[in-house]
Amino acid sequence: MGLSVSRLLSGLFGKKEMPRMLTRWLPLQEFLWYDFTCLPRLTRCRLDSLAKVGLDAAGKTTILYKLKLGEIVTTIPTIGFNVETVEYKNISFTVWDVGGQDKIRPLWRHYFQNTQGIIFVVDSNDRERVSEAREELQRMLNEDELRDALLLVFANKQDLPNAMQASEITDKLGLHGLRQRTWYIQAACATSGDGLYEGLEWLSANIKRRV
Amino acid sequence: MSLAMAFYKKEDESASGLSSYYNNKTTIIQEARVFNESPISPRKCRALLTRIVYLLYVGENFNTQEATTLFFGATKLFQHKDAALRQAVYLAIKELATTAENVMMLTSSIQKDMQPNAEVIYRPNAIRALCHIIDPSMAQGVERFFKAAIVDRNPSISSASLISAYHMFPQAKDVVKRWVNEAQEAVNIKTGGYFGSSVTGGGFFGGGSQSNAQTVPSSSNITQYHALGLLYLIRQQDRMAVTKMIQQLGGGKSGSGTTLKNAMALCMLIRYAAKVMEEDPNVQRQMVELLEGWLRHKSDMVNFEAARVLCEMKNVTPAQLTKSIAVLQLFLSSPKPVLKFAATRTLAALAVTHPSNVAACNVDLESLITDQNRSVATYAITTLLKTGNEASVDRLIKQITGFMSEISDEFKVIIVDAIRSLCLKFPAKHAAMLTFLSGVLRDEGGYDFKRAVVEAIFDMIKFISECKEQALSHLCEFIEDCEFTKLSVRILHLLGIEGPKASQPAKFIRFIYNRVVLENAPVRAAAVSSLAKFGLNSNDEALNQSVGVLLNRCLDDVDDEVRDRAAMYLKVFKKQTLVEPYVKEDSVLSLAALESKLVAYVKDPAASAQAFDVSGIPKISRAQAAAEAARPSSLDTIGVPSTQTGSSAAPPPTAAETQSAYAEQLAAVPSFEPYGAVLNSSTRLAELSESETEYQVTCVKHIFKEHVVFQFNVSNTIPDTVLEQVTVAMATSEDSGLTQDFILPIPSLTATSSPGITYVSFTRDVPTDYATASFPCTLQFVSKELDPTTGEPEEEGYEDEYQLEEVELSAGGDYIVPSYASFGSEWDRMKGGPSVTETFGLGAAVDSLKAACDSIIEVLNMEPLGGTESPTSSSVHTLQLSGLVTGGGGKVLVRCRMTFSQGVGVTLELGVRAEHQDVCQLVVNAVGG
Repeated sequence: MGLSVSRLLSGLFGKKEMPRMLTRWLPLQEFLWYDFTCLPRLTRCRLDSLAKVGLDAAGKTTILYKLKLGEIVTTIPTIGFNVETVEYKNISFTVWDVGGQDKIRPLWRHYFQNTQGIIFVVDSNDRERVSEAREELQRMLNEDELRDALLLVFANKQDLPNAMQASEITDKLGLHGLRQRTWYIQAACATSGDGLYEGLEWLSANIKRRV
Repeated sequence: MSLAMAFYKKEDESASGLSSYYNNKTTIIQEARVFNESPISPRKCRALLTRIVYLLYVGENFNTQEATTLFFGATKLFQHKDAALRQAVYLAIKELATTAENVMMLTSSIQKDMQPNAEVIYRPNAIRALCHIIDPSMAQGVERFFKAAIVDRNPSISSASLISAYHMFPQAKDVVKRWVNEAQEAVNIKTGGYFGSSVTGGGFFGGGSQSNAQTVPSSSNITQYHALGLLYLIRQQDRMAVTKMIQQLGGGKSGSGTTLKNAMALCMLIRYAAKVMEEDPNVQRQMVELLEGWLRHKSDMVNFEAARVLCEMKNVTPAQLTKSIAVLQLFLSSPKPVLKFAATRTLAALAVTHPSNVAACNVDLESLITDQNRSVATYAITTLLKTGNEASVDRLIKQITGFMSEISDEFKVIIVDAIRSLCLKFPAKHAAMLTFLSGVLRDEGGYDFKRAVVEAIFDMIKFISECKEQALSHLCEFIEDCEFTKLSVRILHLLGIEGPKASQPAKFIRFIYNRVVLENAPVRAAAVSSLAKFGLNSNDEALNQSVGVLLNRCLDDVDDEVRDRAAMYLKVFKKQTLVEPYVKEDSVLSLAALESKLVAYVKDPAASAQAFDVSGIPKISRAQAAAEAARPSSLDTIGVPSTQTGSSAAPPPTAAETQSAYAEQLAAVPSFEPYGAVLNSSTRLAELSESETEYQVTCVKHIFKEHVVFQFNVSNTIPDTVLEQVTVAMATSEDSGLTQDFILPIPSLTATSSPGITYVSFTRDVPTDYATASFPCTLQFVSKELDPTTGEPEEEGYEDEYQLEEVELSAGGDYIVPSYASFGSEWDRMKGGPSVTETFGLGAAVDSLKAACDSIIEVLNMEPLGGTESPTSSSVHTLQLSGLVTGGGGKVLVRCRMTFSQGVGVTLELGVRAEHQDVCQLVVNAVGG
């Protein structure tokens, strides 16, 4: 695809069309970083220094800013949400990155309206909590406002040695059992950026197809 | 604020229906759809946010759900970068955050906007919003950020963070306290902006701070005001630190060295100085020097503030006032109305205490009587009324009469109060003033104004006997056409008391009877009582007969109360012996005590088998009752701006109020339910420990019919320990006549849950005996330390005890309560009953008759009658006491005849008359024991 298609589409839809994406983080993963004593430092950091401060679990807000800025930033747990516009192939995605703590989870629904796609990020290394991720995903997909939303699953942290394969996660999340849902799973590694653009590529292609 | 709100509301109502539809809550909530549109229209959203803020401003309330919906709608606007929209969003969420739920949802977004790389125009808004959103526990997380922002070179960022810190302080004291150095630095900024700091926004995300090109830096130095506010908030508990801060920022004697450029900051500093001075008289001299320096500051506001503080200072000397009065005098001739108002208001207050000093301004004040601004004119006149001499009164009253119709009720009240004080000051001028008062009584006006006038006339009747009849007839005219039931009733009551003493009582009867014919039921009832008093207090046979006829007609009234009163008074007419107790009785039941006993009676279902016993209620004399209900009618309070009255604390609870509070507490303990109602609770808290000790214990004794309950209030003042199983062990002796039933311990007592209450209950072996005893007491408990990290008590504690003072169960206070009686007649009436007379030598310790009286009154806790508590002679005196014995013991009267001679001391002959013999013995034992 590439250039010709995107030019064609930009001619057709331009920037007027702004599909909104909803990223969804696995709630329990937030606890790994949960630390109120940190300032919200969005400081530029090198990856190797992150490992030392215990941010090896990077993957949530990190993906957003990796896509937005092409860099890795240090983040703190998201109390609330971040919203950014990400440009990819002449499409502006308004991405809502909503925190996943217990107390914030019931508030997700406020941001479902107009949502055309959900990006669900799973920690591939966390075998214990994958079933909880499944429950959370199923509950969300039952929401009426998300009836027509695309589902992109990032099987994140593929760089870790013990990570589950995308196929295994597909099984454990029960993706094959989904009816009436366009979905796609993408193995990814937020820190290196592997797989992220492939995921966006799928999203943009499918959104265009619908339109 | 409320006034402004009322104003806006009124305007809304009168505005077109379109506006009320457009700015309607329901409409706005529906229109909040625009927040969810894609793409967002910043213009539409801003308009809607403005309407939300407007509605909140005019006093509309959104419920939690509505506010939450709007709040979350507004959060979606964070996807748009439009600066004006973002500012509007911040304004709206700050308002909504107080009612909406889950506002922490914005934390991440706000913190992102606060960052130094964010557009400068957002930053102050985000910082100000933060304190409404975050949890106090997160304060520490933003500490580093705040420390940098407070000293930011951009004044709006610095101000915003100072204000945010100010709001966070109550919840996160410890964290905000650490920002004191930064706040100090912000106070000391040099003019323009802040350039001296090494702290910059560099090194953060995005690298380096942007220039503040979008904002025009403020040159008002308002940051100093905010920084000073925060500094004071942090230091207010530490008077030394505040004093030091004032001296440091005050800039020496002349005030010229001050770094404070902002006039409001200086005004704040002056107020702090005033507070410090009030709390610590030792620093007064230094502070007065500073204040006098500020009298010469170039800002009017600062001059005025300093002058006001000097005028309101405690124990201010006339010499200290001269300079500030000169400043205020200058303001009086200023063209600015606000300065004139401020100056007259301060002078009006000062005139109460220092009329001669204020008199220096009289010439300027007189020119202000005709000022266009009626508020200024009113204060000018009230000041003149206080400073003026007798000669100027007539002229002033004439001038006031001229503009009474032009001013609001509030100011009319001020003027009437001033006239009232003037009447008492210059009684010779009463004629002019009564004419004035009766004139304004006919004017239009609300209840507060009419009440002020009527009370002024009441005072004249009370204190100036020459004008009594004249004033009464003015009041009679007033009630002919009075729309306020309360005032009519009060006037009728007064007529009933004062009317019969007048030279021609008959002339009032017509006015009073007109009320019976024309008015509503409460007024008719009051008129009946008033009429009856004319008949009963007069010796004129014809008058009595016509009153009788009129009362007979009242028997046909439609209202029960009116008929009942008429019937009762007619009965009294026929039986002259009833006149004494029902009409001329000079004592009344203590209303507070009556209320608490009635409440207890109603709540206790068992008690309703018997009629309520009114004889157990202590009585007070009419003079005491009047003193209790006294209104501040003295000269002191008049014309003092109302701001000061607001600060006065609620009056301490009366004995009866404490009693009913105790009764409620006891009723909550199931073990005491079978005991019945409390007969008496001791009114004084007995202190059983020194006030500075670790454990503080006070005791209250409750007497029941067959039981005595000791209530121990225990306070644990040690923060890190918990006391468990707290009890008080009371050693009893065999012959006390009391048997211990049980102890109710406090299960756990910490410094925060203090004071806790433990009860010890005793049975009175012979309920009719008045058992007296003293009990050595020991506080017993298990002490456990609290783990500082978890706050949980440790497993093992150790038993400990703590010696307390002895608790006395005695006659006075426990069995006898003071009650008023007319001693002479009662003493004679009880002649035949039980009585005891004994003679005591009080020993050398009592060295005067006054000391003897005081100690007898204290021991017996009875009401001294007819001023006999203060002896007039140094050698012979008779003290008369009256009281009630709890639990149906009835009245008890005591006559103490005393002689005093040097060397021998006081010899006392104690005569007791009571309704029961054992009561007499109780009294004698109390004095003798």
